[in-house]
Amino acid sequence: MTPAGKYETTIGLEVHVQLATQSKIFCGCSTRFGSSPNSQACPVCLGFPGALPVMNKEALGFAIKVGVALGCEIAGRMKFDRKHYYYPDLPKNFQISQYDLPLAAEGSLELFGDGQRRVIRIKRVHLEEDAGKLIHAEKGDASLVDFNRSGMPLLEVVSEPDITSPEEAYEYLTEVKSILRYLDVSDCNMEEGSLRCDANISIRKTGAKSLGVKTELKNMNTFRGVKIALQYEIDRQKAVLEEGGKIIQETRLWNEAKARTFLMRTKEEAFDYRYFPEPDLVPFLIDRETVESIKASLPELPQKRYERFVENYKLQPALASIIVNERDLADFFEESAKGYPRNVQLIANWITGDIQGELNKRKLSMASLGLKPEAFADMLKLIDEGVITGKIAKGLLVDMIETGSMPRELVKSLGLSQITDKGALEAVMEKVIKNNPKPVEDYKNGKTNVITFLVGQVMRETKGKANPKIINEMLRERMGKL
Amino acid sequence: MKKKIDVEYIANLARIRLSKKEIDGFSGQLADIISFIEKLNKADTKETPPTTHPLPLKNVFRADTVKKSLTQEKVLQNAPEKRETSFKVPKIIEES
Ligand SMILES: [Zn+2]
Repeated sequence: MTPAGKYETTIGLEVHVQLATQSKIFCGCSTRFGSSPNSQACPVCLGFPGALPVMNKEALGFAIKVGVALGCEIAGRMKFDRKHYYYPDLPKNFQISQYDLPLAAEGSLELFGDGQRRVIRIKRVHLEEDAGKLIHAEKGDASLVDFNRSGMPLLEVVSEPDITSPEEAYEYLTEVKSILRYLDVSDCNMEEGSLRCDANISIRKTGAKSLGVKTELKNMNTFRGVKIALQYEIDRQKAVLEEGGKIIQETRLWNEAKARTFLMRTKEEAFDYRYFPEPDLVPFLIDRETVESIKASLPELPQKRYERFVENYKLQPALASIIVNERDLADFFEESAKGYPRNVQLIANWITGDIQGELNKRKLSMASLGLKPEAFADMLKLIDEGVITGKIAKGLLVDMIETGSMPRELVKSLGLSQITDKGALEAVMEKVIKNNPKPVEDYKNGKTNVITFLVGQVMRETKGKANPKIINEMLRERMGKL
Repeated sequence: MKKKIDVEYIANLARIRLSKKEIDGFSGQLADIISFIEKLNKADTKETPPTTHPLPLKNVFRADTVKKSLTQEKVLQNAPEKRETSFKVPKIIEES
């Protein structure tokens, strides 16, 4: 038996998403990120005695949207509970969360990334408030507490342990994030902490009936970090078992810099959260009509859109899944396809190539790049019309992004038109032939592939404004006569 | 029937220190309270919907509008220790 096939992995993920409301979940403090510490706090989110929480209606609406999009059963009746523990970032010594009557349960998410469909069941989705933020001072033996984050609206999405590899965990997270962004309920910015992920992971001998002992992984700050941390933990657990040891149920922290997990120092006593119903919040009844109207208002979600892109536009599945992943990228594709229906595959290639490159370089989303689909479609037409070469188009795209101008204006003002004047091209060609006697000699001696080099030289001389196909023909004809 | 209550465990969870005398005292009192409340288990609740809140209210919301927070001075007014505008607490170390 190969070592790789000896064990199978079981992973469950808990994703915490900060909902993009203006104010906190139970008070009117702002949710703005990056403000001065403790400038967005009030008696409610500081846990002052007597302060009363009141539910933010928008937060519940956002949460129901997510529940519905994940195919969950939305509870007709839900309530909040107090979860008790002591930690300096938790001013009330309890967190308002949901225990036995969560907002939503029993959903599922279909992964389609590599063309292979897999269903990951969603166990539950519930609302809760975030805790404050602890900053560990570099010097001295102090930690600092900022309560700006205390009371931020969080949605916890808990999967069933249906994930079988770190790659699949990565895919699941990408898909969850994509759905949340389609729903416009969270900006899902991991760096700002608006999307966080914990994992439960265990391994067992292939075919074993019961699950292995699981460990809980925390402190993974990027999707890539989740993947690497899970792989590390699989290897660690394997090594323990191979040496005849036992896995202990414990919480481990991922340390990205050291690329390993560490046992989290826990107190002697087991966690006993002593949940009980939150007496300061009355129950919430969610009627079927509300759920149905939210369901009807949902946009087309990534999976449906992916299927449509493959079916209607005949896009390659790999390209389609990259494009539908971001809603504004997919919108751009569809708008561009309206303006340039002749070759949508070409549009997809540009989006996943040059355009994606510009987005990464500028760290921008498609919506904020300022490239209009009409302008982009027109640029593709300019290539077809023979006004510009494909090579010039690459530079033109950058100019369009930087100036916001239409391509035809730029071609005129920057003099980017393709050189179609035969006389002008011939002059350049003669110059290239004169300056490169060796390759020309090689060509004549049968090494015909040097033509590529010579075409390249002509392209360089014309700053990309010549049509390589025409140059190729002209060169062949000319050198045939030498 | 009296239940044995682990007062020491509960006191530890609540972060309070009790003397041996207090533990013995509370142990008896808490056991009495629990056995009193256990009488409810005898009530027939087959037709009664579960109650999670004593008030006959539901769906109390606020609109998602930002209100003024406290000033940082007010927030930190009662802090035993602070640094700039943060609360200062003994160092929390999570890693071993
Ligand atoms: Zn507040």
